[in-house]
Amino acid sequence: MNPRHFLLAAEGVSKSFSGFKAINDLNFYLDEGELRTVIGPNGAGKTSFLDLITGRSKPDAGKLEFEGKHDLSKMNEYEIYRLGIGRKFQTPTVYTDHTVWENLLLSLEGSRSVFPSLFFKLDSTRTDRMEEILKTIDLTRQRDWKAGSLAHGQKQWLEIGMLLAQNARLLLVDEPAAGMTDGETAKTGDLLLSLAGKHSIIVIEHDMVFVRQISKGRKITVLHQGHVLCEGPVDEVQNNEKVIEVYLGRSKAH
Amino acid sequence: MMRVNSRKELVSIIAFAFLAIVLLPALNAFVPEGNFFHISNFTINLWGKYLTLATLAVSIDLLWGYTGLLSLGQSLFFALGGYAFGMHLMLLIGKLGQYKSDLPDFMVFLGYQKLPALWEPFHNFWFATAATMWVPGLVALGLGFLTFRSRIKGVYFSILTQAVTYAAYIMFLTNDIGFGGNNGLTDYKFILGHDIRSGDTQRGLYIASAILLLLTYLGCRWLISTKFGKVQRAIRDSETRVLFSGYAAANYKLFVFVISAMIAGLAGALYVPQVGIINPSEMAPEKSLEAIVWVAVGGRATLFGPIIGAIFVNALKSWATRAYPDFWLIILGSLFIVVVLFMPKGIVGLPGQIKALLSKRKDDDDDELTPVDRVLPAEEAKP
Repeated sequence: MNPRHFLLAAEGVSKSFSGFKAINDLNFYLDEGELRTVIGPNGAGKTSFLDLITGRSKPDAGKLEFEGKHDLSKMNEYEIYRLGIGRKFQTPTVYTDHTVWENLLLSLEGSRSVFPSLFFKLDSTRTDRMEEILKTIDLTRQRDWKAGSLAHGQKQWLEIGMLLAQNARLLLVDEPAAGMTDGETAKTGDLLLSLAGKHSIIVIEHDMVFVRQISKGRKITVLHQGHVLCEGPVDEVQNNEKVIEVYLGRSKAH
Repeated sequence: MMRVNSRKELVSIIAFAFLAIVLLPALNAFVPEGNFFHISNFTINLWGKYLTLATLAVSIDLLWGYTGLLSLGQSLFFALGGYAFGMHLMLLIGKLGQYKSDLPDFMVFLGYQKLPALWEPFHNFWFATAATMWVPGLVALGLGFLTFRSRIKGVYFSILTQAVTYAAYIMFLTNDIGFGGNNGLTDYKFILGHDIRSGDTQRGLYIASAILLLLTYLGCRWLISTKFGKVQRAIRDSETRVLFSGYAAANYKLFVFVISAMIAGLAGALYVPQVGIINPSEMAPEKSLEAIVWVAVGGRATLFGPIIGAIFVNALKSWATRAYPDFWLIILGSLFIVVVLFMPKGIVGLPGQIKALLSKRKDDDDDELTPVDRVLPAEEAKP
């Protein structure tokens, strides 16, 4: 069989919601350190796929493995998180009543158990790390603001910052550029590019300018009706007949 | 470890502690009756009860205000603590009961030949005191384990805790389980070798209640300042997100549920010798609901609010049940509705609400301000 070790491997995964096949016989492989962009029309199953990886829902059939040894379909949300899989949600999901600093603190890698949390103390290394993250996501000035009072784009960044604090091995980033200005989008792209290699990243995105910026000749995956339609570099994919058909509804061979 | 954020808060804690623990009892003990400053035994006893109820309210706030768990079962834990201590007090009556027997009166009446084995260890004061914590704690552990593991949340959690409390209420009403049935445990004579009805003993119980409230306040204050407290509030605001931050929310909820049950149990234990009776009516559904109203009226998620709310509503109750006995429940209900509709932050939030209202008025009059000045958040001004 395949001698290669994938970080994430999905084989023959299916999931339906009351008859609707959100994910249909999906095969997806991700290498360690890879930055993969997943595109697809609405309802293609992109977010459902992330739900399956992160334990929010369980697959009906198929294999979902992390590092070739952890069966994700049998684990719950926080167990999967503790393997080092972090997620940024489509709509920014931060703790709105906590400050920016507290949001990062709650995401900081380390123990997640009850008793250590009672006696947790921030040491200087961790404080430095959090300040560095604040600088990276450009929220130093907003450190003591309630996260709920941030602008939409800032919330997106805060959530990315929370992934950085977690120091996740695999980052699942759902539409990071949604609702951002062009400038912010480009900055987000740069940030993700700077993380590639050190972390493995799956980005889900609609914005093709953004996809071009971050994929840079890397393989991208097109999902359609819960199935992988095709994979390849962005130029190849954009000229793919099937992809054009799906996106534009054009029938081929005319 | 304990960090008090502002000087103002520290000063008010010390002032209230001094007032409740030192000044009031001193005015009761050393100022002669008839003097304007004398505090009567009746008042001391009444405030002793209020303070135990305030402790119960803080335990509810820890669950509801800070973790988003609206438990309608806190009165069960309060009553369990009360029963555990009541058992000890029953055994201290000795042969002074109506039947002149070593057995509590209700047991003689029901034809018991000897004391049930379950009651034996309650001869010991320390065992009974410990039981006022671990019995409610254990029940909370079992109940919480089953509900939180199966991810029962929100209103379902409230209904479930209410149902369990009601089941316990019905169970304690029967004579068969051996806790005095409908009449409960009463007619106490002594506590720690003192006459339970004497002014000195009641003052001691009052001081103990004030100290319990102070320690509960400081303990909860510390808890919510830790990282645990941040997780607690995160669970309240977005439990799903907490799971995706790697926290087993169920364990955190279980911990806080057990702690809060133990606090309620201790409060119940101090309540019983001050009212002289514990019976199943303490776990009747309306008791839990009333306690929820105290917290809402005082102000959720403030720790201080529930104390104010419990004392305010109970003082109102003491007055209304005498002045307008038929209208008490209507008054309580209206109070709850007014608070829910117009005072989301309760009594404690009222000054802030008024201030906001006034400054809004001023803003409307004041056209000098540029729009930018208004839009910028206040935090910007900080260095």
